[in-house]
Amino acid sequence: MPSKVKTGLSRPAKTTPNKSTAVARQPATGERIAVRKTYKLYIGGAFPRSESGRSYPVYDRAGALLAHAAQASRKDLRDAVSAARKAFPGWSGATAYNRGQILYRIAEMLEGRRDQFAAEVAAAEGLSDSQAAAQVDAAVDRWVWYAGWADKYAQVVGGSNPVAGPYFNFSTPEPTGVVGLIAPQDSSLLGFVSVVAPALVTGNTVVVIASSQRPLPVVSLAEALATSDLPGGVLNLLTGSVTELAPWLAAHRDVNALDLTGAETGARVALAEAAADTVKRVFAPAEFDPLAEPGIARLGAFVETKTVWHPTGV
Amino acid sequence: MSTAFLQPGTDGSQGGAGMPASPELADVTRDNASLRRFLHGLSGVDQVGAEARAAALATRSIKTTAKAWAIDTAISMVDLTTLEGADTHGKVRSLCAKAARPDPSDPSTPAVAAVCVYPDLVATAVESLAGTGVQTASVATAFPSGRASLQTKLHDVHDAVRAGATEIDMVIDRGAFLSGRYLDVFDEIVAVKQACGAAHLKVILETGELVTLDSVRRASWLALLAGGDFIKTSTGKVTPAATPPVALVMLQAVRDFAARTGDVRGVKLAGGIRTTKEAVRYLVMVNETAGDRWLNPHTFRFGASTLLNDLLQQRHKLTTGAYDGPDYVSID
Repeated sequence: MPSKVKTGLSRPAKTTPNKSTAVARQPATGERIAVRKTYKLYIGGAFPRSESGRSYPVYDRAGALLAHAAQASRKDLRDAVSAARKAFPGWSGATAYNRGQILYRIAEMLEGRRDQFAAEVAAAEGLSDSQAAAQVDAAVDRWVWYAGWADKYAQVVGGSNPVAGPYFNFSTPEPTGVVGLIAPQDSSLLGFVSVVAPALVTGNTVVVIASSQRPLPVVSLAEALATSDLPGGVLNLLTGSVTELAPWLAAHRDVNALDLTGAETGARVALAEAAADTVKRVFAPAEFDPLAEPGIARLGAFVETKTVWHPTGV
Repeated sequence: MSTAFLQPGTDGSQGGAGMPASPELADVTRDNASLRRFLHGLSGVDQVGAEARAAALATRSIKTTAKAWAIDTAISMVDLTTLEGADTHGKVRSLCAKAARPDPSDPSTPAVAAVCVYPDLVATAVESLAGTGVQTASVATAFPSGRASLQTKLHDVHDAVRAGATEIDMVIDRGAFLSGRYLDVFDEIVAVKQACGAAHLKVILETGELVTLDSVRRASWLALLAGGDFIKTSTGKVTPAATPPVALVMLQAVRDFAARTGDVRGVKLAGGIRTTKEAVRYLVMVNETAGDRWLNPHTFRFGASTLLNDLLQQRHKLTTGAYDGPDYVSID
């Protein structure tokens, strides 16, 4: 384990900090005091600050301060994994139909707060209003798309197998367990949804490390998740340094699978090696385009096929 | 009958049980009135102060080598317990195997102190633990309620001792204690101690039913005066069980008892301690309240079942450097 790591949470290179947003203004008479939002972690259905007490500044593309986000420590990660493990029996035991409904409900919640998310995505990624709105629409559609797969995926990849014996033989996909994900670094909201939804819909519980530089939209997403019937602990969100947290996530012996979509190419081998100690499933696609048709490859990455031989006709 | 046990030299077993070395204490168990006078004469517990002190001791940060030491020490203090109606001989045997070698993948892991079972399963435990050095403890005296005649209770104890139990966990008669019949409780402990013979006696106060910390202090002294080798918080069947303020008061009692009589008795915390963090906090409390001479399995124990798994997981974390999961310890 790294004892001292570079967190990589530095300010973007081409910065011209806009002091006016960073420094609290004295309100003039009759003016409202600014109510700023505290961006926290989402662990076990609650919104704690980091146990380390750390936070870090998050800037927009122009280098102006947007807010401070909680900088999770390895202990927050440990807590998140325990929360995910605790939530696993309930979530994986829920009917596929129920999971689909809950994912659809998330889409509903997101749709209702469309403007807020568009503004946050625009600020985080430096997009125009219409581009940001398109990202949010795509994210809502992605939830709906995966929600539909909930009770259909097993029909597509499972089924009865022809065997030469007096058995009824069938295969069915089951969730892998606790999945650790490193969310895409660039696409703050759509990228996050695109990696998280397929892991959730098959019954896994997840621990996600959000984009280091653009974490704010998904912290707001967690607030939508908390009000959308998704049981606490099913999705746990950490913000902070991917460089610092990813090795702990990869080596954690209670994590069953690892999605390295958002990890730097150079770091992937070391993370896969750390994961190999406990034979985790590692999913590390070479390419990732959040706007492309998703396909079902991601659904298949975090399921285990169970085959049952059932005696018949004897 | 009580005074017979207060004569020095009449009791051949260890610890001078039932006979305070200090002459000033020899008189307090003469009759119920003097026992009551003594117990109610103990200084009252400042509940707010006790809670604050316990909370303050819980803030110590124990890391790296100190943590490794604490984990190993805590493992060696565990009374691995199974007290379910559904217990079987097979379950006791597997528990004994775990007690002797808590982590088969790492021989440097210490064995636990004892295995604690119901009297009818003692023989199985003794057989499985032969040659391991792990003690066999048994609850007795109509555990957990203690609602039976003295004769039945003593029979229960005899049964367990005859089957080979080296430690007996008895429950006090909380009804008698709470209604002020202190001498009845005292005589019962003395009788059970006598029935134990060479076996160690742990006296369960069931602090969750004693309501106040003042009662805990009085019950602690009563059990120590009567010759209990250990005072133990709870049966594990009542909540709240072991809490930091209760542990603090009981540790103060054994400390003060040792100061007055020179006789070092133990404390066993049972019920509700599930994490390494809590266990380490209690070790800090032992060290700071009673002193480091209490930091060994002869004078301090944890009654627990799930705690051991968490201790092992934390031990794995220290040796492998990666966070551990429940897949790597046995389900008991």
